[in-house]
Formats: sequence, structure tokens, C-alpha cells
Amino acid sequence: MTEQHTAAVRETAAQETAVRELAVPQVALVLLVGVSGSGKSTFARRHFGRFEVISSDFCRGLVADDENDQSATATAFGLLHHIVGLRLAAHRLTVVDATNVQRESRAGLVALAREHDVLCVAIVLDLPEHVCRERNASRTDRTFGPQVIRRQRDQLRRSLPSLKREGFRRVHVLKDLAEVEAVRIVRDRLLTDLRHETGPFDVIGDVHGCLTELEQLLEKLGHRIVRDQAGRAVDAAHPEGRRVVFLGDLVDRGPDSPGVLRLAMGMVGAGRAFAVPGNHEAKLVRALRGRNVQIRHGLAQTLEQLAAEPKEFGEQVERFCDALVSHLVLDDGRLVVAHAGLKQAYQGRASGRVRSFALYGDTTGETDEYGMPVRYPWAQEYRGTATVLYGHTPVPSPEWVNNTLCVDTGCVFGGRLTACRYPERELVSVPAERVWYEPVRPFPRAEGDDRTDAERTGEAETNSAPQGTATGIGRREPDVLDLTDVVGRRVIETSHHGRITVRAEHAAGALEVMSRFALPPQWLLYLPPTMAPCATSCLPDMLEHPSEAFDAYRADGVREVICQEKHMGSRAVVLVCRDADVAAARFGVTDGSTGAVHTRTGRPFLAPEPTEELLGRVRAAVTAAGLFDELGSGWLLLDCELLPWSAKAEELLRHQYAAVGAAARAVFPAALAALETADSTGLDVAELLARTRDRAGNAESFAAAYRRYCWPVDGLHGVELAPFQVLACEGRTFHDRDHGWHLAVADRLVEADRPAEADRTAGADRPAEAVPGLFRRTARRVLDVTDPAQVDEATGWWHHLTDGGGEGMVVKPYANLARGRRGLIQPGIKVRGREYLRIIYGPDYTAPANLKRLRNRGLGRKRSLALREYALGLQALERAAAAEPLWRVHEAVFAVLALESEPVDPRL
Amino acid sequence: MFLTITARGPSATDLSHLLHKHPDKVQQFDVADGVAHVFYPERNDDRCTVALLVEVDPIALVRGRKGRDADGFSLAQYVNDRPYAASSLLAVALGRVFRTAMAGTCRARPELPGQRRPLELHVPALSCRGGSPLAEQLFAPLGWQVTTTTVPLDPTIPAWGDSRYVDLRLNGCSTLADALTQLYVLLPVLDGSKHYWENRDEVDKLLRAGERWLPGHPDRELIVARYLRHHRSLGTAAVARLAEVDDAEPEAFDNAVDAEPPAQGQPVGDLSAGDSPAGSAAVAGSAGAGSTEGRSTEAGSTEGRSTTGPLSAGSSLADRRRAEVLAVLREVGATRVVDLGCGEGALLRDLLADPVFTRIVGADVSPRALDLAARRLDLDRLPERTRERLQLMQSSLTYRDERLAGFDAAVLMEVLEHVDPQRLPAVARTVFGWARPNTVVVTTPNAEYNVHYKNLFPGALRHRDHRFEWTREEFADWTQDTAARYGYTVRVLPVGDVDPQLGPSTQLALFTRTDATTAENNVPRRTEQ
Repeated sequence: MTEQHTAAVRETAAQETAVRELAVPQVALVLLVGVSGSGKSTFARRHFGRFEVISSDFCRGLVADDENDQSATATAFGLLHHIVGLRLAAHRLTVVDATNVQRESRAGLVALAREHDVLCVAIVLDLPEHVCRERNASRTDRTFGPQVIRRQRDQLRRSLPSLKREGFRRVHVLKDLAEVEAVRIVRDRLLTDLRHETGPFDVIGDVHGCLTELEQLLEKLGHRIVRDQAGRAVDAAHPEGRRVVFLGDLVDRGPDSPGVLRLAMGMVGAGRAFAVPGNHEAKLVRALRGRNVQIRHGLAQTLEQLAAEPKEFGEQVERFCDALVSHLVLDDGRLVVAHAGLKQAYQGRASGRVRSFALYGDTTGETDEYGMPVRYPWAQEYRGTATVLYGHTPVPSPEWVNNTLCVDTGCVFGGRLTACRYPERELVSVPAERVWYEPVRPFPRAEGDDRTDAERTGEAETNSAPQGTATGIGRREPDVLDLTDVVGRRVIETSHHGRITVRAEHAAGALEVMSRFALPPQWLLYLPPTMAPCATSCLPDMLEHPSEAFDAYRADGVREVICQEKHMGSRAVVLVCRDADVAAARFGVTDGSTGAVHTRTGRPFLAPEPTEELLGRVRAAVTAAGLFDELGSGWLLLDCELLPWSAKAEELLRHQYAAVGAAARAVFPAALAALETADSTGLDVAELLARTRDRAGNAESFAAAYRRYCWPVDGLHGVELAPFQVLACEGRTFHDRDHGWHLAVADRLVEADRPAEADRTAGADRPAEAVPGLFRRTARRVLDVTDPAQVDEATGWWHHLTDGGGEGMVVKPYANLARGRRGLIQPGIKVRGREYLRIIYGPDYTAPANLKRLRNRGLGRKRSLALREYALGLQALERAAAAEPLWRVHEAVFAVLALESEPVDPRL
Repeated sequence: MFLTITARGPSATDLSHLLHKHPDKVQQFDVADGVAHVFYPERNDDRCTVALLVEVDPIALVRGRKGRDADGFSLAQYVNDRPYAASSLLAVALGRVFRTAMAGTCRARPELPGQRRPLELHVPALSCRGGSPLAEQLFAPLGWQVTTTTVPLDPTIPAWGDSRYVDLRLNGCSTLADALTQLYVLLPVLDGSKHYWENRDEVDKLLRAGERWLPGHPDRELIVARYLRHHRSLGTAAVARLAEVDDAEPEAFDNAVDAEPPAQGQPVGDLSAGDSPAGSAAVAGSAGAGSTEGRSTEAGSTEGRSTTGPLSAGSSLADRRRAEVLAVLREVGATRVVDLGCGEGALLRDLLADPVFTRIVGADVSPRALDLAARRLDLDRLPERTRERLQLMQSSLTYRDERLAGFDAAVLMEVLEHVDPQRLPAVARTVFGWARPNTVVVTTPNAEYNVHYKNLFPGALRHRDHRFEWTREEFADWTQDTAARYGYTVRVLPVGDVDPQLGPSTQLALFTRTDATTAENNVPRRTEQ
């Protein structure tokens, strides 16, 4: 067909036939059905996007270099199915451009759509045979004869009557060219897709005919109930426009199912509420339609109650319940509501099993000793980003599990009727007037039913710790981490440094350490990042010098920096809770411990008992400094240095560092004696002798260097803790507070730790004066790196610190998190002292020949690693502060550990 | 590194002829990773001393190695005792500098090499794992009078005690060649760690160097085993790097399995006792050597033997434990078995040998353990039908892993005690709550029985990585609590020797799922109203 001809046809068609709209769900698998030459490809091109159309001819070309190679058909369709599957998995509209005239070929595609819970649509181009024949004849690449078209057309004709039954939601048939030309495709929003509805919502759990409680709850939520002349509630409106979402199971068991329906239907009808169906509505519809259903589980009451209503009401109920959509996706995809919850893979999808999941949960077909179906705890595995609110399984009090919340609090069984305010995530509830229905299985009451309503759900948990009952109902498993949360190659989205990749092999190493040595993940909210040293100094005799660090920040446009003394200890992260209740409620740790003190790889520093003793001291200081109240949090995460180094690294010190010293101490006297004798007897060993003396001296300096990191510790006696940064507390992180603020907090802890005499005796049987302060102050200098005088002063300070063998200092942007032209700037640069570096680079590193070679050190990987770990650490903190699910926090924490196992020069 | 060799008596300066080194010169030789200096502090007819001083270049020690990524190296490579202590590096230098003397040839005066003469060897800093007694044990049978002084680790920190270094003096009458070859072989044997062997021709070297004296040495198996002991290169495993991040020694984390033996099937001729291949001898040797460092105690001690015997292979308790576990698995009719914490795969080997076990999975959290298991089981060469019954996978008992579901039985053989007590609930949940096989077999030491291990200090644990060891009562508490919580019944059986009062050396718990039906039912329970 020439273009003019096409245009002419189109014009004619437009005149003769009104535009015909073909509805296609926004996400669907669309099968074009038509014989060869019916114009499927042209149609597809005109109405669908370039990548939406997968054509069998194109696939033939891909696998056989020839679009018409019929011998490649099987392979080509294998590829086509694969591509279609991938697109459907990604929830994308996909159009299959193939003849699709045979039932078997369609069946495969329909099955594929079902597998991905996507609707199927058929658009049939049933054009007159001669049109197709002429078109084929005009194509040089098609060689098959008219009998092929005839056969295809026969198949198509036979298919037409039964297409709908094959599983197509819609079948559009276009019978002639004019119809084809007049088509406009309209993409319909999926019924579940209410992403444009952004709330706020009040999401209400299973009502089960408890009308009084529902009215009370609505009023408590601020909705004003509208009544008809008979005084019956028929609507409710909120002055701020809040809308209600009913989570299903409005009916059965309770005293007034029709009343509840009347109110709910009124609100939905008025656009003031949404509703999803529960299993009880589904059964009610079947009962109302006269289907054979078992009348139990309270259905009998509902039917009785409905019988008292006018017939029209019953019909209205049937229509209402029948029209309810399995689940709803709200608020730009951030909220999903379904009666029994919905796993991520099913959200926004449409199929029988999606509906079944949404109504009945993830059932296994098994039943328990009460004859109730055993349900798979899908929420424990939930890893989706959308919040899921659901009901169905009564719980004594709602508890967040991986961003999902069951708000069915068993009102009809004498529990409460509960709403979750979204996005506030506040719970509001009213108690049941009485037990309306005796449960088949005992329903555990929440303790603390007298608690204030509308409390933060996080705090609500403190009231409820339900006892594990025989049935396990409502018992909360501690957050379950799945191996797939951490292993394999992972990409983590960070707010400060983009996407960060963790390689599978590094995750494997981290898994071993995390599993065998680290604390329980509930206690690991953070692992500290590695830190890059300053650029290599050019000064003689020096490998590191402050001027390089100052230069680096100056070049990055950071003027104000802070130099912090590098303590001679080990990095320690301290998580301290106000008490064991907070530990249990917030972190799910119920063994009575109140926090954790761990190393860079998540290992505990101390045994449980001394850890608690240490935490007690920290807690006392934090409390005395008023920090729990000031920060409004029951817990606090502190970045610290724990001294002495030998407290953690004694094995390393003994086996590696002290051993080197011992070997040197043993060998040099003998070697020097022999050299001196040789020298005295005229052998030319003067140079070797001098060199050996130097090496002996270096070895002594080396021993002196490591000894500074060792002092005896007895219990907590001798242990010091130098906090230098507040990492997080409930609801917030502190990377935006300048280091002046952080150190001021640290100073307050040091101050608060000087206990009054009375407190001291509490700790131990030692004399009171023997208890030294636990906290240690961090010395610091703040300077402007563009002011030479200040730079000189700070450099002098560094010399002062390190000449005496000090470890050195860390230079940080004073303002804390800093960004430059190329993104994140190093959060800190360490400048280590000359003597300290002996234990890193070896006793003889200062020998000019050695230093010359050692200067050649590449810092790029270390710097890159430091930034990536820093960003992941912040990510972990932000997730923890926001009380995100454990797996989300753990994912970021684990990633830091995995990155730490990247091979980088360990001396940096 | 430094040593001296002193010849006494008439014509002591013959030493210089034997060594082919002029007594009035200071000579230098390039050796691997440094420079060896040879000089004679004393050169009189009645007393002539030659000194070998090796200046190790610590940077070249790391950077000089070909084909290795410097970044991948462990910190221990940069700060170590190699520049000071006598070890394999010194042996290599000896071989390079005194090769002719070691071979026992002297072209100018062929009669000299065969002469035995009074010699004194002084190694002031000898790295000696096993301390003075081991030095005495190895040198005395060769005719040396051994004098050792142990070097303190740090005189300013007396609490740290002794170092592994001794000042070694050997006095005796020997040919110089024998003295040199004995040092050449025994320095690395005593050092017992971190050899710098590059090649696989160690056996040949050992045979050549020791042919005159090694076959008659009473401890030849120990010498062979320790000489051939192959140490994995440090710092290559991610786990080891994480140890360093945390200021721990690589071995502190990377200890899921013991050091690797040399490749299988390496011949060692007559030196190894009996027909046992080098592999197994070295395996046993490393286990034996390990126990002196506080690793597994059970092997030697149940036999009432010294732990140094390299052929205490096939420790009876481990064998009996595996046999008992297999018996239990057969009794319950399990065919699909997952070995949780399979380590190097000893149990997997037994399972593979019995075709009744149709699906076998070895899971371990340590990638290195899995590598080792794959090699021990010779996976690549197994017949296809055998191979397809077995799968190795990295997993963790503290995470849920759905791949662990669907088995008839799970085995946790000597695994629990390697888990921190506070992680035990997570382990129980993974195994009993999620994997939920019909049968779970758990073995763990009986702490009460430990008094029978003579080498074990009272209160000490049997293995360095054990986090706890339970009494029978403690084990019973845990098993009953776990069984009740997860719907299992449990029965505890003894394994190994049984003390009438203190019970068996190993306790075995057999858990049976109460609702055991088919494996397809393995679903965690949560019921709905």
C-alpha cells in the first residue's frame, strides 16, 4: 500500500466509521490475532510503542538471520516467550505480533501472562481473505501460497467463538479495513491502580458487623457520621478530607452486618472511602447468588440480618461486594491495602491467585488442630518498598513486620477495632463493647488495653509482648533475615553516593564473619567506614604530614576543618538503650541486655557481663547529661574509640608485634658482637656494622611504639572510652551537625562520667577512688586551612602529639558531611605519626632506601572505598533511625563489611 | 637473620676450605629477598668462626614476588620476624651460599668433607614452634648437645611470657655437610609456619638434603610432615582480610578448616612410614601440630598418645561420631540429607559412599571449607551419577535459607559449639523453624568428659573456636526446649567412650518432627482465625 493510498483509506474510514476505542489495560499482554498479511505489524506500529511490540518475524530474524525462515519457528517462539516473560515480570504492556491463529500458540502466551499475573487481551484482525492475499502477493519476501492463508483463516474462524473462554479478559474483533483504520487504543488504568490517590487515609481493620464500634472509631478519628431519617449511619465525612479504607470482612459474626455495609457503601459511594473485599464478602456474594456455600463462620447471622432488610438492599450489597477489587495500590505506589496482605510480586497484578492471596492469604492447604487453614508468614519475607496494611488474622496488637502491618485486632472476638492513620502510621482504636462471637480458637488479649490511643506504633510494642500461646496466634517472630537479603552481587541505593555495588565474593566473606563472629543483627545498626590517609608527604623522613590533609580540603573548597586526636585504641560502636524494655521493644532483644559495644566487624569487645557493666556506665553518663530526653529517644548510637588497643588486639600484639621485637632483641646482640669482633680484627665490615646498629635501634623504636598501645585491663578497670560522634537515635541521624556539636556532646559525657562518691561505690568492691573515669576527652583543633598561621599552629600540634609516639590525628570538614564539585568529600583524613607508622610499615621503614620505595603508594582505591563505606554507613544509620525493617538496616551494614573485605593495601 | 658456625681444634681454619669462602674477605651474595654477608669474626687454627648475616629487604619480601597483587597482601607480610629470626629464609640462604659445602664436595682437598670435627652452631634467634623441647627432640638424636635459652616476648611486659624464639647452640662432632643439611631441613621444620616455598619440588630437596641422616631419625615422620606442611598464602581470603580490619590475626577468623595439606598423591618415597600417601600423613601431621597450638584435642588424647605423632590419623572419636550419625540416618530412613556445617566434608564422603542417600547437600558458611571439601571429595573426578547426588553450597545458620528446606534429615555435627550462645536461637529457628526436616541430628562435646583429655587444662575447651561446651544437663535443657518450641521429639544418645559417671565424650541428639509426613509439608506454621 502506498502512503497516499493508506491516507486515503484512513480518510474514508474516518468518514464512514466513527472512531472506535479499543480498551486495553495499562499493563496487559496483547495478542494480535490475524492471518499472514492482515496488517498486524502495521497495526502494532501505529498503536504501540517501539519496544512494546515483540514480533515473531523479528525473533526469527534474530535466531536465523531470516525473518521468513519457517524452520526456525520453534526457536524463534522460544525467544519470543522469553522476551515476553521478562517484560511481563517487569510489569510492562507487551504486544505479541504473530498470527496467533492456533489455539495452542495462544495457550502458551495466555499461560505466560497468568504466570506473571497479567491480564490478556486479544485484538483480532479478521480481514477479508483477498486483502491478505493481495498484501502477501505484493511482498517479495513471502513465498507461501494462498493455501497457507486459507488454512490460517480457517483456524482463526474456528477460534473466534471461544476466544474469551481461553482466558482473554477482552477480545476486540476488527472485521474490515475501515474498522481497522478507525481504531484508537485506550489504555485503561488497572482497577487496582489508585496510585493517584495520595491520602491521607484512615485504614480500618476487620469490622465483622460491629457497627457501634465502627461508629465510635470513625468519630474518634474525626469523621462526622451522616445519618438518614431513620437515624442509620449512611456516610461519614472528615473535615480535613481524610478518607477511610476498609480492609474487608465488614460482615459476619457481629451484631449488625447490614448496618456496617450501609455505612461503608455510603462512604464508598460518596467517594469518602475505599474498600477491598474480605473472604467473608466473597462468600456472602456466593451465598446471595444462591450458590451452595457452607453457612458457618458467622455467615448465618449476616444472612438472617439481611433477610430483615428490603430486597433491594440485598441486591445492592451483592453488587457492592462483587465489584470490590482484590487489592488497591495507593499513594504513588507507596501503600498497598489488601484483606489478607499481598506479597510484592502480586502488587498491582491481576489474576486468580492474586485475588486468592489478597482474600485468604498465603495458604498452604493444610489445616491446624482447630480446622483452620495454616498460613505461610509471607510478611516475614516481605522485602517490598510499599507499605502493606491488611487484616484477616486477628492479633492482640498490631506490630510492624517488614513494612507491613496487620490492623485486625479482633473486635468481634472482644478485642479492639483499630485504624492505622496513613501516612502518620499512628494507631487509633476503640475497645469492643463485648465478645460478640466466641472464637474457635482462644484469642489472646493484648495486655495494656488501657493504653492511650493514637500512640506511636513503635511504643505500642512495649505494651504488648504477647505470650507465645499454644496456637502461636499473633506471636511475633523476631525479624527474620533471609540469606538472599545479603548474598550474591548486590546494588544498594544510597542517598549520598548513588548506587553502590557489592560483589558476590566479598559478600561471601562477609557472610562468614557476620555469621560466626558478629553480634546478633538486631544490635548491629552500623559499621564504621574505613578512612583514607593523607596523600604521601614529600618531606624527607616523613610518609605522612598534616599539610597534605589541609591541602586536600583546601583543594576541595573546605575552609574550616577540625583536627581530632587519634586515640591509641580501637574503633568502637556503642548502642545504649535507656533500659531493657526499650531493648526489647525497639530491637526485639529480650535476654535482658541493654545495648552493644562492638568492633569494626561487628564483634563484641567484651563478654556479655562486662559489656552490660560498660553500658551501665555509658547509660549513667548519657542520662546524667540529659541526652535521652534532649534527643527524645530511648536509645543512642555513639561512635567511639575504646582504649587500650591491647584490650582488643592483644593476640595480634603478642603474636605479631611483640614477636618481631623479641626476634630482633635476640638476634642483634649476637650479630653486633660478631661484627665488632670482625671489625676489630681488621675486616671491612664498618658499613655493615653501622647499618646493623641502625636496624637494632629501629627495632627498639618499634617495640617502644607498640608498647604505648598496651596496658593491663582488669574487667573495666583500665578501659577508656572516647566518644567523638553521635551516630543516630530514634528518628534521626546527625551527619548534618558540625563536629563542634558532636564533640560538645562527647564533652558532656566526659563531664557527666565524673561520678559523685556515692555512685562510685555501687560499681565494685574496689575502693571508690580506684574507679577511674571511663570516658576520655578527644583533644582537637579547629582551623581555617587558608590561614597559614593557623595551619602552622595545627601542624605544630600534630608534631606535639606524635613526637611523643602518639598515633596522630584525623582531619575532618568542620561542618561534617561535605560535598564538592565531584560529589562526596572524604569525611576524614588520617595523618599518622612517624613513630606509630613503624608498626604499620615495619621497623626499618624510615631508612631512606625503604622510604623512597614506600612513597610509591596508591591511594585511589582506599579513597574510593572510604567514600563508599561512608555512604553505606550513613544509609544504615538513616534506615535504622527511621525504624525501617531489620533487613533494610542489615543490608547496608552487611555491605560495609563486604566492602571491607576488598583487597586494599592494609597499611593505608 | 644470623648464625655462626665455629670449628674448634687443630686446623680449624679448614672450615674456610670446606665453605669455599676466604677467611680474610667479607663476601656478599644476593639471595632471595636480601643480601647474605659471610665473614669470619674468628679465624685461628684452634678456633675458626664463620658468620652468616642475611639482611632481608622487608619491602622486596613483599613486592618482589611475581604475579602477586601487593594490595592483596596481609599486614603480617610487612611487619614480621623474617628479617630477624632464623627460618626457611635462612635455610634458603644457606643452600645458596654454602651449596658446595652442603653437598660435601671439596675439589681442592677431597679428604676434608668426610671428616668429622668438633663444631659449634649458634642460632641466636631461632623461630621454634614447640619451644626448647622440640629443638632438643630433633637435634639431640643427631648427636648434638643442645643448649637453648628461651627469649621472653617482651621483657617490659612479663605477663606475656616467652616468645617462640630460642637462642640455640649445638655442640658436637659432625661433618660440616651434615651440620648444614640438618640446619637446612630443621630450621623450617622448627619454625613451622609461613614457609616461603615457591615450588612443589620440596620432596626432592628434602630427600637430597636428608639422605644421610633423616631415614634414621626417630622423628622422621614429624620432620617430613612439618617440612611439607603447606601454608596457604596469607591475606588472600576475604575472611582473613576482615580479621585484619579488626586488628586480629588472619587465622583468628579464617579458621573454619585447618591449614591445607599438599596436593594429593605426592610421592615421598621411603620417608613416610608405611604405605600412607603424603597427603594423609601431612593431614594428620597438621592436625597433630595443630593440637599443640590448642586446636582439636580429641584426636591424640583419646588414644592416650602424644599429639606429635603424625600418624595418629583417623582419630577414633571423629570416626565413631560419623559412624553413629550415619547409623541414625539409616535408622530413620533418610535419603535426602543436608550436612549443615560440613567443613571439609568427612561426613559427605561417607554419605556419598552409600547409595541409599540420594540427595546430599553440604552447607558451610566458610567458602574456604567448601573449596577444601570439593577438593577432598575430588568432585571434578566423581562419576556423573555420584556427582549429581551431591551439592555444596555456602549457607549460614543465622539466616533463613529456603534451599535448606525439603530434606529428610539435617545433620549438625560438632557445629553448635562454634556458635555464640546468643545466636543459638537464630540457629534453632533456621534449622527447626524454617528448614524443618523430619529428622535433625545434633552432636556436641560433653564438657564433663573433658577431664579425660590429659592435655586439656581444667575448664579449657577442646577447640580454640569453641564458644562453649555443654554438660549433659545443659545439652538436655537445650534439646528439650528446642524440641518443644518447634514441634519435635528428642532422644539423646551417647557417642564414643562412655564414662559411667561423666557420660560419653560426645552427645548426640536425635530430633524427630512430630507432624512428620512428607517433606512437601515443610512449611513454617502460622495459623489464621
